[in-house]
Amino acid sequence: MRLKLRIWRQKNAQSEGRFVEYNLDGVSEDSSFLEMLDLLNQQLIDRNEEPVHFDHDCREGICGMCGLMINGIAHGPKAAVTTCQLHMREFKDGDTITIEPWRAKAFPVIKDLVVDRSAFDRIIQAGGYISVSTGQAPEANVIPVPKTQADRAMDAAACIGCGACVAACPNGSAMLFTAAKLAHLNSLPQGQPERYDRAVLMVNQMDAEGFGGCTNIGECEAVCPKEISLDFIAMMNRDLLVANLLGKGRR
Amino acid sequence: MSVTTTQTITETPTFVEAPLDGRVPSGPIETLWERTKFEMKLVNPSNRRKFKIIIVGSGLAGASAAATLGEQGYNIECYCYQDSPRRAHSVAAQGGINAAKNYRNDGDSVYRLFYDTVKGGDFRAREANVYRLAEVSNAIIDQCVAQGVPFAREYGGMLDNRSFGGAQVSRTFYARGQTGQQLLLGAYQALARQIAAGTVKMFTRTEMLDLIVINGRARGIVVRDMRTGEITPRLADVVVLATGGYSNVFYLSTNAKGCNGTAIWRAYKRGAYFANPCFTQIHPTCIPPVGEHQSKLTLMSESLRNDGRIWVPRQPGDTRPPDQIPENERYYYLEEMYPSYGNLSPRDISSRAAKRMVDSGRGVGPLRNGVYLDFADAIKRLGEKVIRDRYGNLFDMYENITGENAYKTPMRIYPAPHYTMGGLWVDYYLMSNIPGLFVIGEANFSDHGANRLGASALMQGLADGYFILPATLPNYIASTKLEKVTEDADAVKEAVDNVKRITERLMNVKGEKSVDHYHRELGKIMWEYCGMSRTAEGLQKALQLIPELEAEFWENVRVTGSANELNQELEKAGRLVDYFELGKLMCLDALNRNESCGGHFREEYQTPDGEALRNDEEYAYVAAWQYAGDDAMPILHKEPLKFEYVKLTTRSYK
Repeated sequence: MRLKLRIWRQKNAQSEGRFVEYNLDGVSEDSSFLEMLDLLNQQLIDRNEEPVHFDHDCREGICGMCGLMINGIAHGPKAAVTTCQLHMREFKDGDTITIEPWRAKAFPVIKDLVVDRSAFDRIIQAGGYISVSTGQAPEANVIPVPKTQADRAMDAAACIGCGACVAACPNGSAMLFTAAKLAHLNSLPQGQPERYDRAVLMVNQMDAEGFGGCTNIGECEAVCPKEISLDFIAMMNRDLLVANLLGKGRR
Repeated sequence: MSVTTTQTITETPTFVEAPLDGRVPSGPIETLWERTKFEMKLVNPSNRRKFKIIIVGSGLAGASAAATLGEQGYNIECYCYQDSPRRAHSVAAQGGINAAKNYRNDGDSVYRLFYDTVKGGDFRAREANVYRLAEVSNAIIDQCVAQGVPFAREYGGMLDNRSFGGAQVSRTFYARGQTGQQLLLGAYQALARQIAAGTVKMFTRTEMLDLIVINGRARGIVVRDMRTGEITPRLADVVVLATGGYSNVFYLSTNAKGCNGTAIWRAYKRGAYFANPCFTQIHPTCIPPVGEHQSKLTLMSESLRNDGRIWVPRQPGDTRPPDQIPENERYYYLEEMYPSYGNLSPRDISSRAAKRMVDSGRGVGPLRNGVYLDFADAIKRLGEKVIRDRYGNLFDMYENITGENAYKTPMRIYPAPHYTMGGLWVDYYLMSNIPGLFVIGEANFSDHGANRLGASALMQGLADGYFILPATLPNYIASTKLEKVTEDADAVKEAVDNVKRITERLMNVKGEKSVDHYHRELGKIMWEYCGMSRTAEGLQKALQLIPELEAEFWENVRVTGSANELNQELEKAGRLVDYFELGKLMCLDALNRNESCGGHFREEYQTPDGEALRNDEEYAYVAAWQYAGDDAMPILHKEPLKFEYVKLTTRSYK
């Protein structure tokens, strides 16, 4: 395949970025999107130019490290896959592909296509856990969890924290990410004692990081590689409402 | 760092006569850990915050250790190269985690898990460690459930199990095909709680590039901030390495692209012994490579072998599509060769059998480089929905990568490098031979002997991090006089200078070929001569080829950009420098071990029907290698392995 690539190049956080065009020939349809970028980088290195920097690690769709805006869509045209699992057979010979980093106020660019998503870690640190120290656990089968409840928790827990939801949202909101963690923990019996505090604390942190609010557009769900449901945002809002009535979240 | 020139390998490594002591306390194995826990010294809760512990790596072992030691009140610094601790490659483990709960009432016990693991490791692991691992396995499940890990459940609300290779009981706990992810998120969340509590300071995008040893004790590390290129020393009372394995020495493996052996290798060069480097696991169920652009190999969980049947055409050279090969012309080779375990035979055995099939001209797929994993029978028996519920995400991933629908046509699989049983040598307390340097998880030489059983890596990582290290590390602190160290110490300056020197040297080669070019070439050598099967002749050849390639690398590699910014080429180059050297040690170790055991298969040593032939008389030991200089042969220490509980037998799965 022969492609025309328009790629966002930015030396560092301080400098201005711009699109640079590259022609790339000899791309295998069987290669992944990132392997296509590897090929470009190989050619750039051969020409003694600096390769395009992008984040990636497991290349099997689970670590959440990769993530690119491809022709304006987070993780590209195929539904329910990460960038690393997108393969070039989804594109046609002669295509022009525009590649950008995640764009969101709370995700500053570090270099080229690499962004800083540490805001997500701080949202989890605000309350995205069950407070149980090693050694405190009761026997595992002491607390039965109905299968439907466990399955729903797992649906939410499947989030890989890639940030596509934020990048796709016109408001730059992290509601889907935050709601997924809340739904995971708040669906389980183990998560009940901290349920309402958790909702308030995580949402407060999300706001403090500069993420926008949710206006029910649904772009996040549409691009989510793990198909996290928008329903979890409704669940979060319900928990927040109860939390406010109970005066929770002030620990 | 000097360039090693071509060595002659005719000399045998010098070995130290005095046996290496694993410091296993004496006494009956069933009560050993309980007693040891009581006998170890403790640190008073109010004193704990005065001790700083560096933990490198944030996967299952590192994150669980950092969280647990933080909960105890120690002052922790945790480092990872990714942008978040949640990305560590433990996240990619699919199938499950073993525990001896015996919830199925099918005859499981701590003793049986211990027995299976020692046997599965082909009798090359330390019995006392393995027993302890089996013993704490149940507490891991309890802990993870309490954290909210959404394990699979039955309708009654109880935990579900499935089977994995090398076991005749159903003891594997799982969370769909994402068990590693869910366990890691459990540990990551526990870590996040400690970060919020202020007991743990987390440093992301930070890579360890050297170990600081002062007066014989590990007292810190040198790190590079990957965003700015800044190189700084970090001092502490104890250093813990939890940096995973080195399968990426093969270039193509199931590991994440960033997984590397740099932390353990540079610790080796500071004196830590490297044990059993040649024990590498080649996982039987991965998607076969398709071409030159291939950047990594993708694992299809072993759990698929619960329902999939492995076969090839019986007739070599048969190129018909799978649906046109009638039943009686299919060779279900695992079921025929190993009837008691069948498609769930252990990994080393299944991998070699697949290699034999492909080598004999029975390979399938466009490049004839795979075998079939066929779900047709299971779909007929259980229906497509049940299979979709069990493995849906794996089937989807397979389709994304290959463009094929495995509900309709059999998957194609082939073995790929996956896990390294070898690693830094540790004693019973998980401490290396350098006092104050602890090594946990895949990074140590661990409990898996010469072959790891499925669903045991997650178990070991969490056993080390949640339960074993948090008991043994305080004992070291409590029984050691730790002097104050400062950055003025010569050893600190020397380590920082060493890192700067390597960095400068890489930047200044200014050659013509990319880092990836050399890594691919190294991978080919390692796969060809030190992969699934090895010969003395091939290993000798690799030991000539690697130094040649390494010398060319230092002459002609091109590292673009500068050292004072985010520079992914420089990161890769630094890791490759260590892989060259580690690759040589792997070959040397494989050459030294004149036997076949587990994942180490020497063609010269096999039974008439092609199975691994151990030599317990001469090789029932852990080979722990000591660095002796870049141009010198390393020195071999032997830790004899005694089997007092599991009788040494030929490992049979027939």
